[in-house]
Amino acid sequence: MDEFLNDIKWDKLIEATNETIYMTSISVVATFIIGLLLGLLLFLTGKGGLWQNRLINFVIAAFVNVFRSIPFIILIVLLIPFTRALVGSMLGANAALPALIIGAAPFYARMVEIALREIDKGVIEAAQSMGANHFQIIFKVLIPESLPALISGLTVTTISLVSFTAMAGVIGAGGLGHFAYLEGFQRNRPLITLVATIAILILVFIIQFIGDYFTKKTDKR
Amino acid sequence: MEIWDKEGEHRLISIKDVIKTYHSKGGAVKAVDHVNLEINEGEIFGVIGYSGAGKSTLIRMLNGLEIPTTGSINVAGREVSKIKGAKLRKARQEISMIFQHFNLLWSRTVADNIAFPLEIAGVPKPKRDQRVKELIQLVGLDGREKAFPSQLSGGQKQRVGIARALANNPQVLLCDEATSALDPQTTDSILELLVDINKRLGLTIVLITHEMHVIRKICHRVAVMEAGKIVESGPVLEVFKNPKQPITKRFVQQVTEPEETRDTIDHLLDRFPHGQVVQLTFVGEAAEQPLITELIRQYELTVNILQGKISQTQHGSYGTLFIHLDGDEREVEKAISYISSQGVGMEVIENG
Ligand SMILES: Nc1ncnc2c1ncn2[C@@H]1O[C@H](COP(=O)(O)OP(=O)(O)OP(=O)(O)O)[C@@H](O)[C@H]1O
Ligand SMILES: [Mg+2]
Repeated sequence: MDEFLNDIKWDKLIEATNETIYMTSISVVATFIIGLLLGLLLFLTGKGGLWQNRLINFVIAAFVNVFRSIPFIILIVLLIPFTRALVGSMLGANAALPALIIGAAPFYARMVEIALREIDKGVIEAAQSMGANHFQIIFKVLIPESLPALISGLTVTTISLVSFTAMAGVIGAGGLGHFAYLEGFQRNRPLITLVATIAILILVFIIQFIGDYFTKKTDKR
Repeated sequence: MEIWDKEGEHRLISIKDVIKTYHSKGGAVKAVDHVNLEINEGEIFGVIGYSGAGKSTLIRMLNGLEIPTTGSINVAGREVSKIKGAKLRKARQEISMIFQHFNLLWSRTVADNIAFPLEIAGVPKPKRDQRVKELIQLVGLDGREKAFPSQLSGGQKQRVGIARALANNPQVLLCDEATSALDPQTTDSILELLVDINKRLGLTIVLITHEMHVIRKICHRVAVMEAGKIVESGPVLEVFKNPKQPITKRFVQQVTEPEETRDTIDHLLDRFPHGQVVQLTFVGEAAEQPLITELIRQYELTVNILQGKISQTQHGSYGTLFIHLDGDEREVEKAISYISSQGVGMEVIENG
């Protein structure tokens, strides 16, 4: 057993974990902002919404549906020219970010839209009856009233992002996926693959725990 | 534009020839059909009607949540049916509303819910806190300011709704079935609060309901709505005394006669073949007279009280009473003419 443990390059594992955390955190922040924006637009331009607009709603919905449906591994390949133009290379953690964000934001946008739909129409109407403008309705009603659902949706999205980073890793973005594939699979050392898997699981559990904590904490219903 | 009517009452709301048509798959629905109404400052005005009569549509046009298809609506000197944007939002701070399902923000505490309209109006924080304190006291929620709506009873939630609606010192309070989700006792306490606010702040209240009990208890004037039209309106006591439309009669019966009255009249007549069964209708001060005592004292009669109900309204009592008078035929006749001289509505129930 000792032998096996010595076999693992711990410094490499830690480095890979850091890369995974880096890719996940940056893409989560961007996904949250873009997804929230798209989700709000979907909701507001939807039927009966404050900015009801068939055309804009259709265009956003189409964009969201298309990018949500493309399998991530294919999305990375499709986005290679775009990523090259943006980042300048296909290697390293930064090169994974465009695909991660474009893959996850539409997914989150749908969750945001669903969360906003759950808000009681009467509450929005009450705010209107008090003379609230649209900006106030968005920031004082829509977001706070759907916060637990926004957080739990973000938790699910973050966990998906961790698995996306693993896939991106195989293509050359680094991180735990890359580590498992290169050090474990290609060099035929299953123990390393196992250790990388455990590291990912621990990461996912921590994300789930934090997400659940804040979902519960914000839910006053 | 300020309008004063003949009696010198300040007219705060005027609804002129308003029609609201909805277009849906099934065709056009005239939710509100040629409605004309004038509501005075300081008045509690009730609109009653069955489900689908168009009450909500009507009241929602008063704060611009709905726009009339044709006609005009003027509230506190503003043509609500025409203004838009910032002007409308400003107007809405003076025409506030409470709802059947309270519509509180569950993510905010009681105090923060009440502060919400103040935030919207841009009131600075120290002033906001001060005002919230006053309002909590006004609606009787002391000690609950840190609670979340989910921790409150229905009645308490509506108190938060009322405090929130009063925050920006509105001129008009619109109540859309504000007590319909509450039990009778809680309903009464909320109605008392509304009367108190009306008296203390001189606030004009427009409420819609399907319960005559609510109208009876707090309204000064009432309009009866059926299929989008106002079919009858007037001071509550007048309408109680002399309901003209069949629908109004049914609403009045809701509070004055126990359900089974009509059915049991025949039964009463069978039970008392001698003497006379008389239905008395008391309105206003007449209801407070000791009429029955006088009858027994002055005439050689047996008086049986068969059935009755007396209700309080904002302007006096209203009620019906069925009594049976038995004795010498001449005495009964004299007693009946005495009753009719007392300003009490009377109807001798004949054997049909
Ligand atoms: N947004 C709408 N679109 C289409 N029809 C509507 C709409 N709002 C109301 N209606 C119709 O207008 C009529 C009046 O509705 P309204 O809600 O004003 O009635 P109400 O008297 O308030 O009834 P309730 O006591 O059930 O609340 C109904 O026939 C209803 O179906
Ligand atoms: Mg209604």
